[in-house]
Amino acid sequence: MTGGPGARRARFDQVSLGFDTPGGRLTVIDDVSYDIDEGEFIAVIGPSGCGKTTMMNMLAGFQKPTSGRVLFDGVPVVGPGPERGVIFQEYGVFPWLTVRDNIAFGLRLKANRVPAAERDEICAHYLALMGLTEFANAYPKHLSGGMRQRLAIARAYAVRPRFLLMDEPFGALDAQTRIHMQTLLLRVLAAERKTVMLITHSVEEAVFMASRIVVVTARPARIKEIVEVPFAYPRTEQLREGREFAELRARVGRLVMDEYTAPLAPTPSFVPAD
Amino acid sequence: MHVRGLRTVVLRLAPWLCVVLLWYAVRLSGFVNDALIPAPQQVAARFIDLLLHHGLLYDIFASARRVFAGVTLGIAVAVPIGFLIGWYRPARIFADPLINFFRALPPIALIPLVIVYFGVDEVAKLVILFYAAFFSGVIVMYEGVSQITPLYIRVAQTLGASELETFLKVIIPLTVPHILTALRVSLGVTWATLVASELIAAQRGLGATIQNASTYFLLDVIYVGIICIGCVALIMDTLLRRLSAWLLVWQDRAVG
Repeated sequence: MTGGPGARRARFDQVSLGFDTPGGRLTVIDDVSYDIDEGEFIAVIGPSGCGKTTMMNMLAGFQKPTSGRVLFDGVPVVGPGPERGVIFQEYGVFPWLTVRDNIAFGLRLKANRVPAAERDEICAHYLALMGLTEFANAYPKHLSGGMRQRLAIARAYAVRPRFLLMDEPFGALDAQTRIHMQTLLLRVLAAERKTVMLITHSVEEAVFMASRIVVVTARPARIKEIVEVPFAYPRTEQLREGREFAELRARVGRLVMDEYTAPLAPTPSFVPAD
Repeated sequence: MHVRGLRTVVLRLAPWLCVVLLWYAVRLSGFVNDALIPAPQQVAARFIDLLLHHGLLYDIFASARRVFAGVTLGIAVAVPIGFLIGWYRPARIFADPLINFFRALPPIALIPLVIVYFGVDEVAKLVILFYAAFFSGVIVMYEGVSQITPLYIRVAQTLGASELETFLKVIIPLTVPHILTALRVSLGVTWATLVASELIAAQRGLGATIQNASTYFLLDVIYVGIICIGCVALIMDTLLRRLSAWLLVWQDRAVG
């Protein structure tokens, strides 16, 4: 529980990950180090299949590096925990629970149990915040993709994580919903400050949302460059129309595109799931 | 709404009407000896006769009770075992060949052995029906469980769920649909095995009724027995489907 704004929250310390395959040793992540400080919004961007989701999985506690350390609050990550909320690309909304019960799920667990009255209050709050109040008693089968993702975010928020990990959370949404969701998420973040790690392949999304962008190379993943995003929060839609935004987007875009044209490390027999 | 309701009723009744019409058609066509095909009204008359004077209801009850006991026991064992095999890879590698070996054996082929080991009483019939229920149920169960995606488990863990909580609040709800499917499948298979199980010196029961009737070439009784087996199975299946629909209201179904 150390520190206020600016304190180090998470750290990748010389992290590498490799597999032994029939075709030889396959390195997925190669000696990656960076820090994520309290209150930061880090976007990790790189070509698909480069291992950026793997990085998130390490910090979430689903996967261990073969060498190096992944630290959260100075302690090596050994498994998942409620202080690190995760938003998955496939939403992971529980289909057998109503919208309200999905949000309440975490609050009924021993790890973050709260009295029923408080639980109702928290549910009502996030239902309203995410525009789901009308659907409180509906099952997820009745929700659109965007609403499911809003529900997943509400559910993650309800247990008050200090850190949010998001794996291409808007990847499956149509362009308009996606833009809407980006703005909504920034608004929610402005109200309830969190530290965020966003995995994305969209340059536009990274520049619009993040305070720093970690650009990752094609396999094996190394850090190509860490780009500071100078725009102040709260950010609004108008930001996208400005020249500075366009310039930065173009610069980050070039960094990412370079990786698509660069020759891949020779490991044709095995491609890891991104 | 009303018109749709009427349409549904007509659609539900139409196939039965077709069967009866076909039945009459075969009889009237003259291709088959009349003695070999009792007329529907003859079978209906026999049905009422059996019901009133020969305790048909008790035969139905005796058979239904056997099937019920076989399915209950079979599923009670198939659910935990199917779950273990579906969930733990080593358990699957261990059990898969065994299960597929035994599943391939038709219960009828086991009757001589069952008589040797379990005699000719209710226990023997129960063993046959249990066998049929268990092996049909366990397959459905473990195929289903092995397809549960790890996503929901990961979600629960990131929200702070302990292993026990993950099991109770995520894995069990995800298993319920497979339990219900296993129940339905094994109910069907067990009914189909009923006649075979009642070959073992049964006095009462629909299978026994058919057996006894065949000795005396009472075709209309055989028809009654077969129709009763089908009807009871249909009723049980309908009840199970209602239960499923109620328990799985959250599921996204193409058919309403």
